[in-house]
This record gives sequence, C-alpha cells and structure tokens, in this order.
Amino acid sequence: MLTLALILIPLVAAGVLLALRGGAVKRVALIASLVEFGLATYLFTAFRPDTSSQFALSFDWIKSAGIQFAIGVDGISILLLLLSTLLVPLIILSTFHHSYKNPSSFYALILAMQAALVGVFVAKDAFLFYFFFEAALIPIYFIAALWGGENRIAVTFKFFIYTIFGSLFMLLALVYLYLQTPGTHSSLISAFYELNLSAAQQSWLFWALFIAFAIKMPVFPFHTWQPDTYVESPTPATMLLAGIMLKMGTYGLIRLLLPVVPEGVHQWGTVVIILSVIGIVYGSIIAIQQQDMKRLVAYSSFAHVGLMSAGIFSLTLDGLQGSLIQMLAHGINVVGLFFIVEIIFSRTQSRDLRQLGGITQHSPVLSVFFIILVLGSVALPLTNGFIGEFLLLKGVFTYNAWIGVVAGTTIILGAVYTLRMVQKSMFGLQTATTEQFTDVNTNEILVLIPLAILVFWIGLFPNVFLKLTEPAVADLLRSLK
Amino acid sequence: MNLAILIPLLPFLGFLINGLGFRRIPKAAVGLIGTGAVLGSFAIVLSLFSGFTGTAQVVPVYDWFTVGDFNVSFGFQIDQLSLLMMLIITGIGSLIHLYSIGYMHHDEGFGKFFAFLNLFVFFMLLLVMGSNYLVMFIGWEGVGLCSYLLIGFWNKNPEYGYAARKAFVMNRIGDLGFLIGIFLIVARFGSLEFASVFPAAAQLQTGDAGLFWITFCLFIGAMGKSAQIPLYTWLPDAMAGPTPVSALIHAATMVTAGIYMIVRSNVLYTLAPETLHIIGWVALATALLAASIGLFQNDIKKVLAYSTVSQLGYMFMGLGMGAYTSGFFHVMTHAFFKALLFLGAGSVIHAMSDEQDIRYMGGLRKKLPITFTTFLLGTIAISGIPPFAGFFSKDEILAHVYEHSPLMWGLAVFGSMMTAFYMFRLLFLTFFGEFRGTHEQEHHLHESPLTMTLPLMVLAVLSVIGGFFNVPEILGGTAKLEQFLDPIYQYARQANPEAFAGVHLDHSTEFMLMGVSVAGAVISIIAAWVIYISRKSVPAPDEQVSGLQQVIYRKYYIDELYDAVFVKPIQALSRFFYSVVDKGGIDRFGVEGVGRFVKGLANEFRLLQTGATGFYVLMMVTGIAVILVYSLRSLIFG
Repeated sequence: MLTLALILIPLVAAGVLLALRGGAVKRVALIASLVEFGLATYLFTAFRPDTSSQFALSFDWIKSAGIQFAIGVDGISILLLLLSTLLVPLIILSTFHHSYKNPSSFYALILAMQAALVGVFVAKDAFLFYFFFEAALIPIYFIAALWGGENRIAVTFKFFIYTIFGSLFMLLALVYLYLQTPGTHSSLISAFYELNLSAAQQSWLFWALFIAFAIKMPVFPFHTWQPDTYVESPTPATMLLAGIMLKMGTYGLIRLLLPVVPEGVHQWGTVVIILSVIGIVYGSIIAIQQQDMKRLVAYSSFAHVGLMSAGIFSLTLDGLQGSLIQMLAHGINVVGLFFIVEIIFSRTQSRDLRQLGGITQHSPVLSVFFIILVLGSVALPLTNGFIGEFLLLKGVFTYNAWIGVVAGTTIILGAVYTLRMVQKSMFGLQTATTEQFTDVNTNEILVLIPLAILVFWIGLFPNVFLKLTEPAVADLLRSLK
Repeated sequence: MNLAILIPLLPFLGFLINGLGFRRIPKAAVGLIGTGAVLGSFAIVLSLFSGFTGTAQVVPVYDWFTVGDFNVSFGFQIDQLSLLMMLIITGIGSLIHLYSIGYMHHDEGFGKFFAFLNLFVFFMLLLVMGSNYLVMFIGWEGVGLCSYLLIGFWNKNPEYGYAARKAFVMNRIGDLGFLIGIFLIVARFGSLEFASVFPAAAQLQTGDAGLFWITFCLFIGAMGKSAQIPLYTWLPDAMAGPTPVSALIHAATMVTAGIYMIVRSNVLYTLAPETLHIIGWVALATALLAASIGLFQNDIKKVLAYSTVSQLGYMFMGLGMGAYTSGFFHVMTHAFFKALLFLGAGSVIHAMSDEQDIRYMGGLRKKLPITFTTFLLGTIAISGIPPFAGFFSKDEILAHVYEHSPLMWGLAVFGSMMTAFYMFRLLFLTFFGEFRGTHEQEHHLHESPLTMTLPLMVLAVLSVIGGFFNVPEILGGTAKLEQFLDPIYQYARQANPEAFAGVHLDHSTEFMLMGVSVAGAVISIIAAWVIYISRKSVPAPDEQVSGLQQVIYRKYYIDELYDAVFVKPIQALSRFFYSVVDKGGIDRFGVEGVGRFVKGLANEFRLLQTGATGFYVLMMVTGIAVILVYSLRSLIFG
C-alpha cells in the first residue's frame, strides 16, 4: 500500500493543484512533495537490505491476459525512489522566486511527472513499466513546450518524437517477450527473466531495448536531442530531465536489459561500452568550448552518463554499484549546477560566459555553493561524485584496462570544462552584466544547503547507500553468470 | 579516541571556523585561530614523536566504503616516515601561518586565506597519514584543490585564474596515473592497505612486470604533483599565489608529496629497477632543465620556483638510485631553506611595494638586515657549502649517483653549479649594489614586522644546522636519519637485500666527490660575484635579450609548445565536434532524419500539417494507445 501511496500522493496533489489559484499553489505543491519525501524516507528506514521485493502490491489489471498492476521496492528501486522524492521538493522550492504563468498547471505537471517517475521505479510488470515510462514524457513535454525558451516548439517536438520513436522499439520487444511467456502469458518482468531465449532472439531484443534506454539517457550517438532540450526547457524541467528522468534509462538497463537478454549483453556489451566511452570523451571535449552555461552543464551530464552506462555494461559489482551511487550523486550535482545557472540567469538575464565574470565579488556565498557542487561534479575525494566515478572506472578498468584509461580522461577533461565555467562566471573582473549582482536569498539557500550537505554526506558515508543496493545487484550479477 | 585523529582535525576545525565566519571574525582572531590550529597539531605531533616506540601503528577511524570483498577503511598510519612528514608539515606550517599574519594583514581576503591555508594543512596531513593508497589519494587531490584555490586567491586577475586552472589540470593528468596505479594495486594485491600490500609485494621477484606498471603509474602521479618533466610547467606559474603559499605548498610540503609516495612504496620500487632507471633520468633532465632556466629569470619568485623544480629533480635522482633516505633527507633540508628563501622573498616583495623584478631592486641589505642575513644563510645552504644543511643532503645524493654512473654524477654536479650561480645572482642583485627602483619604493623600504622575521630566523637556524640530522660516518657522524628510517625499508630489504648495501665508495673517493662539488659551487659564486658585484651588471630589459639566452629566458618555449600541441588542437576539436559532427552530422541525418520520416508520413495525411504541436502530441499519444490496444486485443482474442 505504501508503494501505491507513493504514486498516488503526487497524482492526487496534482489534481488538487488544478483547483487552486494564487500563492497557495506553490506551497501546496511543496508540502505534497515533502510528504512524498517523508514517506520515501520511511520506506528507506524500514527497508531490509536483501534481495527481496518489499512493500509489494499486486492486483490483476487485465486478468485474462496475465497483465498485472504489480509494484514493489527492491534495493535498486529504493535508491531511485529516494532520488526522485528528494529532488522534487528541492526543484519546487527552487522556483519560489520565479512566477510562472498559470502556476497551477505548472506545478500539477511537475507532480504528475513525479508520479510517473516513481511508477517506473516500482513497476514489476513490464507493461506497467512501459506505461509509466511513456506517461512521464507527457507532463515534461508540456512543461517544456509551454514554459520553455524561444525555440521551445521545434526543440521539444524533436525531443518528443525522438524519445517516442525509441520507446516504440521497447514496446515491440516487450510484446514479443510477453508472447514468449508460457501458458496464459505473463507480463511480469520476473517472468521475462525465466525465458529461454536463443542467441539470435536476444541479439535483436537487445538493440530494441537498448535504443529506447540509450535515447533516454542519452548514450552517444543518440544524444543530440538532449543539449537543445535542456537549454530550451525552463530550468525546473531541465532539472527533472537531468536529475531524475535520465535515470529511467540507466534503471531500465539494470532492471530489464541485463537480466532479460544476458546473452545479448555478452554479445554486444563491448560495442555499447565503446559507444559510452566515446560519449564521455566526445561530450567532455564539446563542453570545453561552450559559452552557454546551461549547454555546458548539459554536455557534462551527457559525458557523466556515458561513464554510468559503461560501468553497467562492465558487468562487475564495482561498475553496477558505482553506477547506482553515481545516479544519486549525479542527480544531486546536476540539479545543483542547473540551479546555480538559473540563479545567475535570474539576475543577469544571461548564461553566456563571455558576458559574465567577477560574480564572487558580490556573492561569496553563491560561489562557495557553486564550488562545492563543482567539486562533486569533478569527483574530488570525499564528495559524492568520487565514490561513483572511482567504482565506475574501477569496473570499466577491470573489464578492459585500455578502455578504462580512456574513460579515465573524464577526470582531466571534467576539470578543464568545469573550472573554465567557474573562472569565467565567478572570477575575473566584473562586467556590465554582473555589476548589480545580488547574493543568494533565503529560498535559494534553503535549496543549496541540502544539496551541499548531500555532496559531502554521500562522499563521506557511501556505505549507507552501497549496502542498500548491494544484495540486489549481487543477485542480479549471479543470475547473469 | 586516539590523539592522532586530532592532528588533521584541528586544522580542519580552523578551516571551518574561519571559513564559515570570514568577514565577521576580527583579523586578530582569524590569525590566532588559523595559526593556533596548526601549532596545536604540531604540539600533538611532537608528543607522539617523543613517545614513539619504533613500531608502526595503524589507527582506524571508520569504514569508508565497501563493495563486495573490496573494503576501503579510513585510517592513519603512524610510523617513522609519516611522523617526520607530519613534523615538517605542522612545524613549517605553523611558522608560515605566523608569517602570513603579517604578510596578508592588509588583504581583504584575510579570513579566506587562513581558511584555505588550514584546509591545505588538513589535506596534506591526510596525504602523509593515510594508512592506504586511497586515503593518500584523498589528501593528494585535496592539496591539489587547495593549491588551485590559493594560486587563484586574487581572483580578479584572469591570469592568476589561468595559472590556478593549469595547476589543477596538470595535476589531474598525474592523478589519472595515480588512480590507474591504484586499480592495478587492487587487481594485484586485493587491497590498498599498506600493511597488506607491502608484505605481499616482498614475496615477488625483482623485475616483476606487474610491479613495473604499478610503480610507473604511481610515478606519473608523482610527476604531476612534484613537477617533473613533462608535467612541471604549472609550478612556475603557481607563483601567482600569495608568497606564503609558494613557501608552504609550492616549496616545502605539497610538491614533495611525490617523493613521499615513492619512499612510502619503497618495496614496490625496489623490485622495479626499470622504473627507478626511468625516474633517475627524468629527474636528472628536470634538475638540469629547470636550473638552466633559473639562470636568466628576473622575477624573484620565478627564480625560486625553477630552483624548486630543479631541487625536486635532485630528490627524485636520489630515489632513482634506490637511495630513498637521501632523497627524503633532501626533502627535509629543502623544506627548511626553500621555505626560508620564499619567505625572505616575500619580505622583500612586501618592502618593495609588490615589486618582484630583481632588475629594480638592489642594495636592500642595509634596509632589510634580518631578511638579508637569513636569505644569505638560505642561499649558502641551497648552494651546498658545508656545513650548511644543503651540503649534506645533496652530497649524499651525489655520492649515490656517482656510484651508479659517473656521467650522471658529472651532469648533476654541473646542475648544482648552476644552482649556486643563480642563487647568488639573485642574492647579489637583490641585496647588493645600488637601489634601482623608484623613489617612492625607496621611501617605503622597511624591515618586516616580527611575525614575519621570527619565522625567517627559526628557518635560518634550521637551514644552518639541518644537515646534522644525518651526518655520514665518513664525516664522523652517526647517520641518525638513516637509522631512524630503517624500519620502513623492512620489506624492501627482505625482498632485495643487495639494494640496501649502502655506498661502496672508499673514503678518498668520497672526499674527492665532496671536494669537486664544493669547489664547483665556490667557482659559481665567484663568477656571480665578478659579474654582478665587480662589474655591476644588471640583466637586460626583456626586449634586448636575444639568441640562446632568449630561448632559455623564454623557458625553451615549452609552454608555447604545449599550447600548440595540446591546448589549441583540443579547442579546435571541441568546436569541430560541436558544429560539424553534432549539429551538422548526427543531428541532421540521425535525429532529424527520424523527424523527417515522421513528417513524411504526415505529408501523406495532409490533414496533419496543421503545425499545432498539441495536435502532434495528441496524435502520438493516440498512436501509442492504438498500438497498445491493438496488440493486447489480438492477444486477448487471438
């Protein structure tokens, strides 16, 4: 029931919001998201770290077809639940100084999005998973298309078509898998694990599933929708996309792709790792010369995701554990960085590094938070990014030392582009654009403090999270052998 | 709780207090907290040192992270090596903090400065106290961060910012090597704890291929942090930071981390003679290249910076010969006299109203008597004149080099002659002759306050007597340091006893070697005297420098070379990837191809050409629904 409540709370709250007007909208949205986070925290504390699915619930959806509304939480889900319920209140709070037109729809869509994301992470039935996976697209599409920047229509349309296009392959694969299940058929994901698929079947199923997830994350060369969409979307939507939604892709790889088509993974894993590592280097190099801060962070996110993907396909405990903790860390860091960009933009109407500079002279507090988030992003030890990158690189290095070395260039290139961004915005002389800069206000601090604490907390005590996911991940790896 | 935990904790608390409270805490309190924190650590280190029984002790703090069987604990190792490093870091660190109270007094970022300096001491202590390679790596990257923050301390100047980023990125190149070395160690030994890795390594054969790669990758890390060819160009630029930073981070402590790492890993290196061979030659080349650049520099801090690079080369040369203690001994003495020289330079810069060009100095010995006297002692010490500190440590290295290869020895002696020359050139141009600056500067000339001169005096004493910690037997000493450090070579000796047989030279050869190097230094000093005192030469203005001298003055154009070979191509690649590959290629033919395909379909149904996005969305959603229902229906009824 608790798991169902996790889906329903934001959904019901979204409905309530549509009926509200004025200043109450924001506050109700924030309260709802905090209740949601509270519930997820309770689940987190009550969760037993083993391989089982807990807080499970299932009833027939389409009984004759064996399709169930089955949800539950295991070690992998709980981490992503924490991430999605933690970030949404912060994202909502980050908008408090901004008045979006038609706020009730705006916040309702954010909460609806959250419901769908939570649904993806708890679904145990493949069609239910697919349903939520697609459902998440609709609110984010509307947020981006209605509240976005100048080119929003063209860009969000491209994004929408492209991701839907990818998902159709997944639908095809899921239907096919469903038809392979014995008897009256079952669409439970666990039933798909039991199938005895031939190498040839696994081979094409691998690509059908992979493309859907690869577009979502995105993995090179399926990424070109991403920078444009991140830039054009209003920042809360960008945060949702980068902080949580892309994890649907990495989660899908772990939940569906690896266990359902293990032979396909063995067959094509190297290709995918190479693509992922190309993405790391390629994305990082592009980020080096970007002038738009938002686009720069977008490319850096793309590069980071490449490492997560490579780690997952290394099929090592290090790689998978690293990717999971990095999903959490990346979500926190990327939301923080996009928020910093938004803070700068809200004061200067600019994200162009050529127009910025010297901001720290007016806003030492902002620069401290910026640097903390950057340290997480460049994986300095004792920050959240380090644990993830260390384990991911170790996993990839175990898979193949040379690929590991190439992937490792991320620690060099990451420093190049992030420090350039800090330098050109925060340091140097003030410009006409930054002369009147005011330091962070209370609302902004309230968002930044939890993020900064998490950067260090996860970096100092990663075992809290690693222990949560390890039994489930180890179990998964055993089943692949 | 173990006292050892307090050692890094105190500077960390100092960082938190000054960092969170900066601009609110009064300056006097800031200086007191910052200096007191490090001094407190020093006191604890002293008490640990005096109570040290000779057996290494591991102090676990907590389990940092665990994945499967791989467990990394956060813990400290208290032994001979870490204790000596801790003494240097907190001892010299305290003096430099004290000095900074005077030096940074007028700076608006006073509190920030002390916070960063404390944070640096914290990370540096983690680096040397860590009981495994990953805690060492925390410190390693942490000091890199502080170095970045402090080089770019005056952040309004974009050039300083560039120097800071250059330092961080070059260090990160080395750090990748270190990280790969760590992965190789885990793969080979299943652990990163020194206490597990070293005994296991002692069972291996000399020349083991795996150990070659491990030691080589770790050395890449050392190249970055300790500014060896090819990763040295960040260190001279790092002089953009305030001078106490140059003294503490870029001379006495952080840059010697690479030497510490190799001494710590001595068993691995002893079993990898090829790596030692590479280290020896890289070190020699670095020592000579940097010393030659130092000959013609006119910025007082740049001369000292190249000198540091060169001296680090000598330390690595010692390591390359397998003479770990000699290399480490030079770390100690160098920490004394180079910190002294930098602080002295700071005192000069302070007096000269921020002038750093020695062409505009001269005759300062009368106005700055304490600075002059102490600077003179430091200069004699670095030049290798007995019985000052540098003589003993450098000569020990040179003796090992001679035993290894007389050719290398000859080159190394040539390098030390250059050292004596550029140092006395610096001394003469700064403190002797006539004052060449502006009237205004002359009017302002003053000796620094006691907070600044006291550290100078303490360091001067250490520079004079520092060599007596390890007087060789040939000179009637007992090689105390050698004996004290002996236990840390336990496993290396077990694996390869021959490597620790000591110097086999007879006494007359040893005296000959000493004589030659001292004579060389004296000749250099006389040459400098003749040129800069008797003939009163002053280095030419920049535009009049030409020929070979120009090439050396411009640092052999190595920065320009790196720029042309690495920086510019990567920037061009970045633009190419973005506009041609991403926007022109993948996006147009890939993604928009999908878009065109869909639009093409839409063309078939002209109705869909409404351009209203909402309608497109509706169609897509309906489409999905239809497909879903259709497939399910055929399942249900089929």
